[in-house]
Amino acid sequence: MPESRFAPFGRFRRSHEFWLLIVILALCASLGVANAQFLTMQNLFDLLTSYAFVGILALGLLVVLIAGGIDISFTATASVAQYVTLSVANAYGANWISVFAIAIGVGGVLGALNAMLIQKLRIPSIIVSVATLNIFYGLLIFFTGGKYIYSLPDWFATGIFWLEFEWGKDTSYGANLQILALAVSFLVTWLLLNRTNIGRQIYAMGDNADAAQRLGFHIFGLNMLVYCYMGVMAGIASLVQAQLAQSVAPTVLVGKELDVVAAVVLGGASLMGGVGTVLGTFLGLALLAILQNGIILLGVSSYWSPFFVGLVILISVSATARSQRKRRTPSARP
Amino acid sequence: MAKVGIELDPVTKVSELSIAGRQLVAICRALAADAKLLIMDEPTASLTRHEVNALIKLVSDLKRSGICVVFVSHRLDEVLEIAERVTVLRDGAKVGTFAAATIDGRKLSHLMTGKAFEYQIQAPDLAPGAVVLEVQGLGRDGDYDDVSFQLRAGEVVGLTGLLGSGRTELALSLFGMNPPDRGSIALDGRRIALNTNAEAIHRGIAYVSEDRLTLGLILDQSISANVTLTVLERLAGAFGLIGARARQSHVARWVAELGIKVSNPDNPVKTLSGGNQQRVVLAKWMATNPRVLILDSPTVGVDIGAKDGIYEIIRRLAREGVAVLMISDEIPEVLFHSHRVLVMREGRLTTDVTAADTSEDALRQAVNA
Repeated sequence: MPESRFAPFGRFRRSHEFWLLIVILALCASLGVANAQFLTMQNLFDLLTSYAFVGILALGLLVVLIAGGIDISFTATASVAQYVTLSVANAYGANWISVFAIAIGVGGVLGALNAMLIQKLRIPSIIVSVATLNIFYGLLIFFTGGKYIYSLPDWFATGIFWLEFEWGKDTSYGANLQILALAVSFLVTWLLLNRTNIGRQIYAMGDNADAAQRLGFHIFGLNMLVYCYMGVMAGIASLVQAQLAQSVAPTVLVGKELDVVAAVVLGGASLMGGVGTVLGTFLGLALLAILQNGIILLGVSSYWSPFFVGLVILISVSATARSQRKRRTPSARP
Repeated sequence: MAKVGIELDPVTKVSELSIAGRQLVAICRALAADAKLLIMDEPTASLTRHEVNALIKLVSDLKRSGICVVFVSHRLDEVLEIAERVTVLRDGAKVGTFAAATIDGRKLSHLMTGKAFEYQIQAPDLAPGAVVLEVQGLGRDGDYDDVSFQLRAGEVVGLTGLLGSGRTELALSLFGMNPPDRGSIALDGRRIALNTNAEAIHRGIAYVSEDRLTLGLILDQSISANVTLTVLERLAGAFGLIGARARQSHVARWVAELGIKVSNPDNPVKTLSGGNQQRVVLAKWMATNPRVLILDSPTVGVDIGAKDGIYEIIRRLAREGVAVLMISDEIPEVLFHSHRVLVMREGRLTTDVTAADTSEDALRQAVNA
């Protein structure tokens, strides 16, 4: 196949990700012209840091969506995970490894609970996760009385600052906890989906669960893994958020689900399952972040932000759907 | 519904009907709109012979009541049975229109494909090897009972019977998806219990499902993804990660081996023709190196030229020593492409005969009796 060397780019040019990239570049260029503060190293690092929480959750949700399910209980899972983890850390002492182990454990268990309910009761995942969102959150508020934790261990509050480098005069940048966690999450999710046996099985199951079963795939196990992965991501994201906020507030995370859904959907994942990429999710997250950041930098009231996010989702998703319809030639029939 | 002479409970959900029943509902809906012209696009593709007969009768009733019917099909015997005039299209161009009385199936297939086809029993290359799979007194309540037969290495065994005769249920039991209540299954002389299809696949039993579109393929995903799904573990390299190169060479090998016509293996599998789609399904299962290959209706929705390619693959597999069980509604298919033919009726195995010792009529009688 002589043309095959160029084919991957041809396909990429038609993909959702390509258009997202174009939109992001255009948006960056115009924001850069409109406001000198936008295209700065400072702003880039600020954006990565403040969107790490949404980004890590988006990766978990991406995997669930590809598997053909949905989970919106992750904000409650994250709230529970950070409250439990930092309460334990305050009471018994801990280090980075143990706090992550606890948060991942709590998240994983709550994810497994979701998977059990969805599969044993055979209820649609959206309904189960709406229910568990309220159950997790309700129990958390009941047991904590909604009290904030303001005093975090010193080492946790100080955070991490690696790979420091100088940029411009007198300012140094480096990878903080948020950026490191985001990068690792992207890498692990990409490997899981693209380079493992399990990842290919998840795509197949999300697209056609019956056919996947005929292939001898362990559907129960795959679903279990997917929802646990979501829970684990919620656990990691919760620590990232607590470190950034320098406090644990049981009431502030719930309600942020739709930002996460927006990032994943902007990234081209389908709610029907089987479709979605890590690159797309990264670009979806970037678009969301740039849009919300740009609105603030342009001095537009931040009340407008949800409006523009909604508009961009509508335009982006319908544009992709349209180009796919156009491209679909009638399939060859016998 | 009375007009077309069918009896269905109007409050039944369509999803609960058989495929034939759904087809009838679709026809009723078309007629309820006072249609003068009824275009039926492959209405029989998923029906059994029995149901086809009912449909053909219905179409002749419609003809008598003055409705014009365009019947699009690749099943030549039905076309000849039902039509006054036959128009043949090939590669998007009209080959010609003929009065049905003046042509026969052979001429029609020649017109369709430009090739002449030989219909004859394909037994000559039979060199039956050792017994691979042996079923003894197998039974499952409500599905089938008292079924015993053997599959030998290098043998193609046809299995036919009406829908509901228990043949698909039996095949699913051999694939571990429908565990039997009684009897035994032995592979290479050793008794095995199959409780999941993962076990069956692990032991070298492969099953090409009857419904390619909903059970056999992940239609929106690429040809590569579909071909590699059964062998992911084998493609895994260091750290259990799948290398892009191992994947590509695996796909290239099977695309070449089965002559799958693809412009690019990364295209979705739904862009292929029926025959090529079926080759993808076959490639997927052949890659597991099965001892026993169960094919459920392997040529449904495959045009007549491509059918031959599928049969050729089946014969080749048999020559390589695979035991093939081919389930089909089409009696000529099992007769002409099997060494031995089994017939099931009402859950029992009623006939087990070498293809050379039977005829189309005898089998038809055994199926419908």
